[in-house]
Amino acid sequence: MKSIQASFDIPVLNNISLSVSEGDFLGLMGPSGSGKTTLLNLIAGIDRPSNGKVVVGGTDIGALSETALAKWRATHIGFIFQFYNLIPVLTAYENVELPLLLTSLSKAERKKHVEFALQVVGLADRMYHYPKQLSGGQEQRVAIARAVATDPTLLVADEPTGDLDKQSAEEILTLLERLNKEFKKTIVMVTHDPRAAEKAHTVRHLDKGELK
Amino acid sequence: MKIPLKYTIRNFRTRRLTTAITVIGIALVVFVFTAVLMLAAGVRKTLVATGSTENIIVARKAAQGEISSIILNDTYNIILSLPQVAKGSDQRPIASGDVVVIINLPKIGVDGGISNVTVRGVSPAAFTLRPQVKIVEGRMFNWGAREVVVGSSIAKRFEGVQIGGTVKFGGDAWTVVGRTEAGGTAFDSEIWGDVSQLQDAFSRRGAFSTITFRMTNPDWVDAIKKAFEEDNRLQQFEPKTEQAYFEEQSEFMAIFISVLGIFITVFFSVGAIIGAMITMYAAVANRTVEIGTLRALGFRRRSVLAAFMTESMLISLIGATIGLFIASWLQLLTVSTLNFGSFSELEFSFTLTFDIILSAFIFSTLMGITGGFLPAVRAARLNIVNALRSA
Repeated sequence: MKSIQASFDIPVLNNISLSVSEGDFLGLMGPSGSGKTTLLNLIAGIDRPSNGKVVVGGTDIGALSETALAKWRATHIGFIFQFYNLIPVLTAYENVELPLLLTSLSKAERKKHVEFALQVVGLADRMYHYPKQLSGGQEQRVAIARAVATDPTLLVADEPTGDLDKQSAEEILTLLERLNKEFKKTIVMVTHDPRAAEKAHTVRHLDKGELK
Repeated sequence: MKIPLKYTIRNFRTRRLTTAITVIGIALVVFVFTAVLMLAAGVRKTLVATGSTENIIVARKAAQGEISSIILNDTYNIILSLPQVAKGSDQRPIASGDVVVIINLPKIGVDGGISNVTVRGVSPAAFTLRPQVKIVEGRMFNWGAREVVVGSSIAKRFEGVQIGGTVKFGGDAWTVVGRTEAGGTAFDSEIWGDVSQLQDAFSRRGAFSTITFRMTNPDWVDAIKKAFEEDNRLQQFEPKTEQAYFEEQSEFMAIFISVLGIFITVFFSVGAIIGAMITMYAAVANRTVEIGTLRALGFRRRSVLAAFMTESMLISLIGATIGLFIASWLQLLTVSTLNFGSFSELEFSFTLTFDIILSAFIFSTLMGITGGFLPAVRAARLNIVNALRSA
């Protein structure tokens, strides 16, 4: 993926142009209701612009069909949510395996990927725990493992530390930083936490639908 | 790629109560559905087992049952002279001209309750023709005497028909001298006596209700039918294998029970379907964020649809299994009711067949599909962004 170029004009976002280059760690800041999440959703391909284009890594994702877009997300995007969004009835291992079920990997290969991802986030010893048996920070780390398991090009994180205590938040931010540096992941992170934004290479501010 | 089945199964555990209630609702409907079909199958099985494929029974064409059929003596003689009628070691035809009448008897334990019972007058060959009928208690009636033997299911359900008792009908008192067993066939629900005594008592001298004879060769059914069509003295009469005849006697009853039963279960099933639908809508509502997450990860709409349909169908299949399991115990029960085919009491048992099991599963799957479809469509059509926001 070379870069992300997005330009659109929808009710929440007024005529915005944004480009993110490969390997970047972009922080999107702004007050509530400024359209940060909408912008992130557009980049991640779970929302569509009413006007304009979203080109990620050379693909005009607005032009893709529903099915093609689902496939595109499975391949290119790793999601990190504020409330982790782990499936409560699945173990940490099974949660991380979920996106791998959408690939053509064999069971043995999936196992390798899952174990590696959980090892990277430091939870190799919690593989068979259910989300409710984990702390918030641990849950978020499982979610990050799930996001990176398929080795996507872009990680999108929506307030990844928004529901965590200070120490856990710090750990998560360090982990994201490491994924960016060590594993060369491009990251777009929405946050209103200044400490989180500090970790980003580039910080952009959204206010009343305008990017500054 | 499909959403793993364990996701579906483990979700049952997280909402045990609602799942259990829905399963019980489906199980009840399947139980009723199965029980009714088992009842119809029981009637059919009893009457099919009653008739033999080696015997031919002749009745008047216009007659609905044995009681409304009349065959006069000269016709009886013509039939017995047919070459297809088998002969016993004494060179006499293995045939019985039967007189079938219906009498009223008081039921045991039902105050003032009476019901119809079939009394069959038979010729001596009747016990050769129907070897399943055996005297198990007391003795055989004497030919030429006003004595009767009583089928086991009549003996246990009616008053005064135990050995040593007397039954009043046809203007006389008949002594009960024996009890028969007929292997769960309709003959278990009959009283047998000497045909000539019954003809006397009912003023039917020279007339039979039906004639049953053994064929020399069981493949000769068509030849016999042809002989009846070609002989203008026999054209008013219809020969059938005994089994086919009794099977036809079961049709009306079996169809009546099935139709009534299916009608009732369809009404019940509406309730079960609505129950399943509410459960599934609740499941979708509770898991909106999960659905959004799965879709964001790249699972397609149809995978979500399939996951929720599977869930609904699993609920109904579990319900069906439970309903069938409970219904299978009904096989231990025998029931007695008025058979509309013969207008007399018939005892039979609930019978579970492979077809019934299959129908129950198909029926429950349909309930699952109907109840799960709309909720599953809603799940599949959720907008990802809205679903994720509903946290």
